[in-house]
Amino acid sequence: MAKVHVTTSVNNQPQEFLCEPQESLLNCLRDEINLTGTKEGCATGDCGACSVLVDGRLVCSCLMLGVEAEGKEVTTIEGIAEPDGLHVIQQKFLEHAALQCGICTPGFIVAAKALLDKHKDPDEETIRYWLAGNLCRCTGYDKIIRAVQDAAKELAA
Amino acid sequence: MAEAVDLKAIGTRPIRPDGIEKVTGRANFGADLNLPGMLHGKILRSPHAHARIKSIDVSRALALDGVISAVSGKDFPEKSGNDLGVNIIARDKVLYDGHAVAAVAATSAFVAEQALALIDVEYEVLEPVLSIDQALSDNAPLVNENNHTNGDTSKPASNVAAYQIMSRGDVEKGFAEADVIIEGEYRVPTAHQGYIEPHACTAAMNEDGRGTIWCSTQGQFDVRSNTAAVLDKAVSSIRVIPSEIGGGFGGKTTIYLEPVALHMSELTGRPVKMVMSREEVFRATGPTSATLCRAKVGAKKDGTITAATAWLAYEAGAFPGAPIGPGCMSVLAPYDLDNFKIEGNDVLVNKPKVCAYRAPGAPQSMHAMECAIDELARELDMDPIDLRMKNCSDEGTVAPYGPTFPPIGLKACLEATKAHPNYQKAKPENGGRGIAVGFWFNIGMQSSAEVRIAENGGVTIMEGSPDIGGSRASMCLMASETLGIPYEQINAHVGDTEGTGYCNTTGGSRTTFATGMAVIQACEDIIAQCKQRAALTWDLDVDQVDWEDGQAVPKPGVNADVSPLSLADIARSAGRTGGPLLGRASLNAQGAGASFSVNWTDVKVDKETGRIDVKAFTAIQDAGKAIHPAYVEGQMQGGAVQGLGWALNEEYIYNDDGIMENAGFLDYRIPVASDMPMIDTQIVEVPNPSHPYGVRGVGETPIVAPLAATSNAVRDALGFRIYDLPLSPPRVLEAIDEQENA
Repeated sequence: MAKVHVTTSVNNQPQEFLCEPQESLLNCLRDEINLTGTKEGCATGDCGACSVLVDGRLVCSCLMLGVEAEGKEVTTIEGIAEPDGLHVIQQKFLEHAALQCGICTPGFIVAAKALLDKHKDPDEETIRYWLAGNLCRCTGYDKIIRAVQDAAKELAA
Repeated sequence: MAEAVDLKAIGTRPIRPDGIEKVTGRANFGADLNLPGMLHGKILRSPHAHARIKSIDVSRALALDGVISAVSGKDFPEKSGNDLGVNIIARDKVLYDGHAVAAVAATSAFVAEQALALIDVEYEVLEPVLSIDQALSDNAPLVNENNHTNGDTSKPASNVAAYQIMSRGDVEKGFAEADVIIEGEYRVPTAHQGYIEPHACTAAMNEDGRGTIWCSTQGQFDVRSNTAAVLDKAVSSIRVIPSEIGGGFGGKTTIYLEPVALHMSELTGRPVKMVMSREEVFRATGPTSATLCRAKVGAKKDGTITAATAWLAYEAGAFPGAPIGPGCMSVLAPYDLDNFKIEGNDVLVNKPKVCAYRAPGAPQSMHAMECAIDELARELDMDPIDLRMKNCSDEGTVAPYGPTFPPIGLKACLEATKAHPNYQKAKPENGGRGIAVGFWFNIGMQSSAEVRIAENGGVTIMEGSPDIGGSRASMCLMASETLGIPYEQINAHVGDTEGTGYCNTTGGSRTTFATGMAVIQACEDIIAQCKQRAALTWDLDVDQVDWEDGQAVPKPGVNADVSPLSLADIARSAGRTGGPLLGRASLNAQGAGASFSVNWTDVKVDKETGRIDVKAFTAIQDAGKAIHPAYVEGQMQGGAVQGLGWALNEEYIYNDDGIMENAGFLDYRIPVASDMPMIDTQIVEVPNPSHPYGVRGVGETPIVAPLAATSNAVRDALGFRIYDLPLSPPRVLEAIDEQENA
């Protein structure tokens, strides 16, 4: 089957790629344009390691086709840091030791960004429910929640 | 051990050296490597739990465009037909649902996947053995016709691969002296480590017979030796480069894909990448043993335990090797007993070969005993902490497994529990509180480290223990403390098998203890060299030079009009004083200190749905000395939530044919953020006398106590005990119904 030409935007840069029609956005990001920061943990939408923003909305990139990115704006973990340094969420993850192995971290940071873009002052329960689509097996979530709480506080300041 | 000196670096919480890569997506994990000309490998897995392979025909797969290679068990060296080799690719029989049968390498993962459907395998389906009860029953089918318990061929073949016993005193006499005896039978289901990163590797074989493997592993040196064994190659012909590792918890201490990928690379002359799907991870890797444990404990009215017995049976999967040793060692370790008997059985069933999972074997056996102790406290109307305090192991207690405990922190953890505000707080209304003790003996083993000094005094640590949860930061902190220089001046790297000296696998909570000790000794080597260089520079004897706060100084009383020489000063002129500064150490670390914990949890049970709501969880654990307290807390919190997941929800579900029915994160439900409360922690520090800074391993112990703590909390809330895990809504609901109808 012929490959499909997709014109999209990834991390605020115009991006074109060729992909198989059945290829997931996750595989397109990782294999076609070498953005391997987005991870595959399950490929069934259960773990959130592949979280990206599409037109500002949090999605599992394993559940979306690459061809569906046509004309959309995709933000991956590689696009979260600011030009002058780490995003506050990234910095807070480091300060709070909110990662151990780090495989789920890109997905959590993207999901936390989606949360804090929408809710400036989320309570603990809101944070826990927003991040319930992201699995972490190392931390027990405690330090992740605290990092996001601290990031929210700093972003609001 | 250095007496509680004024520590500057150890005990602080700096940012880990590999942190930025991990929050920006730049860190490279197992599946992130791509090589030019690379092929993609996929494995065909058995759809049967137990079957004889009558024939395998790969010709239709090979005919598909893009398929370059297809192999099955007969293509692997005969010598690799040991358990490890046969688990990696089946020979005459498939032994569990998901057992690897054949493999293909193709120009894309998509083509490789399609090719699997074109491999024709003819099976003769056999009756599977699916539980301990079935395996031990008369006339049970045999998983392995050649298996005799403990290798004793004078006895008939059996599904019990190994049996062991530990005992002391006279248990019959002990029970006769008891005023109260508690007995129970407890089941814990199969659970998976649940690391979020599936197994992945890329392998490339050169024409000269030298191969390279890039993979996610807890131990690159074990990947090297195991792959060499399976492929019948020299250990030194294979180089293994560990990627960052996306979780392991013991599950990445073995190999699955690496020999298959390297073998297909040898056949094709191209690199081969293999990545498992989540379904493959569940069906064919990990898990830990389902168990059946019988616990019996007797005590006098005043709470003195007079005897205890534990009979343990662990599912091994299709090959011997369930963690009965550690299960037996742990079950009564918290108690100082005159009379006990512990028996362990390693039982073969047609399920995946079990692999280490965090404190392997201890959560299951200690679940049984800590539930029994809880019942004993109820029967005696004693506070569960007081009962444990009365009988607990302490310095000088002879552990059930032999050695006499040096200073240990169990009593300190029990005392900290009683004093903790969360313990003094009332339990939730209509809820329950449960408490349990956890234990892991910890291990040392072999480690190597090099410390290299750059021209500006910058320090590079090179060691061989994959960093699974922040160990680079711990290495840098111990180096900072030892050398007396700032943490920021130090970086730590995990080397490949040719870039660093031998290290045993990261596991058993050995890394910060043993590899840390190697790093400390390598730093001491640097200090000795720096003192020599300074002596040379100052024209003094080396014993006239001290090392203080990161610089060489003349000893007090030495008459020398010189300025101190910093590490940077000495490094800058190293060429004139004997060449580059390179410190090294290799050791086989002895004296890993046992780590005890006390955990308690408050729960509420929804009697309509059977759902258990964890309202609070507190973990107290002896770390010996917490090098980086945030990562010690992280181990305690992560282990607690893994234990809660196992207690509440996680289990392998098989149908009657032995096919796994929940091989995915949707149906094998690990805890998510909204299921859990904050996990409160308190680190107790009773220094391990065998480590320069007092370190005990901390990673394993946290998963042990949560199982029984949760069971005991649910017992407290319901007013009756559910003996089996998980305490999932269907089981709890059924138990409530039974109780109401009884």
